[in-house]
Amino acid sequence: MVSGVIKVDALLEKMTLELQNYLKARAIDNPMIIGIRTGGVWIAEALQESLELDSPMGVLDIAFYRDDFTRMGLHPKVQPSILPTATEGRHIILVDDVLMSGRTVRAAMNEIFDYGRPASITLAALIDLNRRELPVQADVVGEVMLLAPDERVKLTGPAPLSIEISKRAD
Amino acid sequence: MFEQQDPNQIQLNSEGQLKHFLTTEGLSRELLSEILDTADSFVDMSAQQVKKVPLLRGKTVVNLFFEASTRTASTFELAAKRLSADVLNLNISTSSTAKGETLRDTLMTMEAMHSDMFVVRHSDSGAQHYIAQNVTPDVAVINAGDGRHAHPTQAMLDMLTIRQHKGDFSPLKVAIVGDILHSRVARSQIHALRTLGAAEVRVIAPHTLLPRHIEALGVQVYTDMKQGLKDVDVVMMLRLQRERMLSALLPSEAEFYKLYGLSEDKLQHAHPDAIVMHPGPINRGVEIESAVADGPRSLILNQVTNGIAVRMAVMSMSMSGQTTEAARRAEQHASRTE
Repeated sequence: MVSGVIKVDALLEKMTLELQNYLKARAIDNPMIIGIRTGGVWIAEALQESLELDSPMGVLDIAFYRDDFTRMGLHPKVQPSILPTATEGRHIILVDDVLMSGRTVRAAMNEIFDYGRPASITLAALIDLNRRELPVQADVVGEVMLLAPDERVKLTGPAPLSIEISKRAD
Repeated sequence: MFEQQDPNQIQLNSEGQLKHFLTTEGLSRELLSEILDTADSFVDMSAQQVKKVPLLRGKTVVNLFFEASTRTASTFELAAKRLSADVLNLNISTSSTAKGETLRDTLMTMEAMHSDMFVVRHSDSGAQHYIAQNVTPDVAVINAGDGRHAHPTQAMLDMLTIRQHKGDFSPLKVAIVGDILHSRVARSQIHALRTLGAAEVRVIAPHTLLPRHIEALGVQVYTDMKQGLKDVDVVMMLRLQRERMLSALLPSEAEFYKLYGLSEDKLQHAHPDAIVMHPGPINRGVEIESAVADGPRSLILNQVTNGIAVRMAVMSMSMSGQTTEAARRAEQHASRTE
């Protein structure tokens, strides 16, 4: 049952502004945006456009890098990761829709390093659920949400993008 | 020959996931496509600086080769290493008399070393079925070729190569040429092509190298090369197994080449965009002309590259099937003991 729908346009505007300031403060020029499938890619596409970046965007599928393979097995639909240019020495903005435990970001960073050693990685997340299990912190966040234990959040898209908060069925 | 039961009772878990990979026969189109999709992801992985993923980190893969092989063994080894597994290669020459006992003893020894996966090549058809039925539940068994029966990873790397170059299987006419009788590759190819929906699968061979009732597999049979190759989109050559020619099934290699060897002339009968494949190793001037093997239509080296990706896909998917099966068993055990 959907108990709330949030439009993401305002959050994306906020993230764009914060990212611009962040990159400017660190003198980062021409970063490469990499989105984590699936929701992270939608947010990354929106940020790629609003930041007017020249460099083509990358897409990561972290299925081969998850730390729960020995418990859960391989996720059935693995799509290829696509990094259109070399990551070696590049400044990267890693984008995901929801930051929760930090495990997805850890897996994504492991995969990025298998393509080369980037100069830096900036982490941007639309939603931070503040339920970290690993010491991972986003540099730019659309909104921090504190959900009840029985609540879930889901990004729907790609157009229009919206956030659904629902009660767990069980 | 070992006794065989319905392969999918053994090679799939209760959720229909791959647990062992023994044969392409009877597997669904969805599962074969999933193998190809996963393999595609591993092909793209070659763009990485570090060509390794951590999926089988901490796992031990044993290559049990009871029959000599260089290409298959090395691509399986590389595939396992690219999945971060520890790999043990054992080449075991087997005596045909004591094989049942020997096989069981070998298995128990390997299990005692806490192996997680056996990649097995054996000269007896069905040996891998026997192994899969007798290993402990958490061990995955991958068939790297058994007797005249099946060579499913070779067939799937061929399917991946075809899909990469032709896309959809449904309009394709495919010819498999050569020693069909002794070929485990041909059987696995036929099952895979039929399941993936190829429009027409042909076999081309002399009568002496055709198994009886081959038509029952849903193929068109040709004994004339020119007729058989007419308008085909894919030509899949088979290796003429010289070691199996002792029983005078052919007058001579030269005669075979004249009638069934793939030359530029004969290839003219195929579709102008036809691709040429061969599982290797090639007998140049016996089943294929050098100019064709090294020519622009030949995908023989692509097949080798794809072999690593397909073997990575099959290994990770079967280990995944074992993992989810083990989780289900643990859940059942927990609910019983609560």
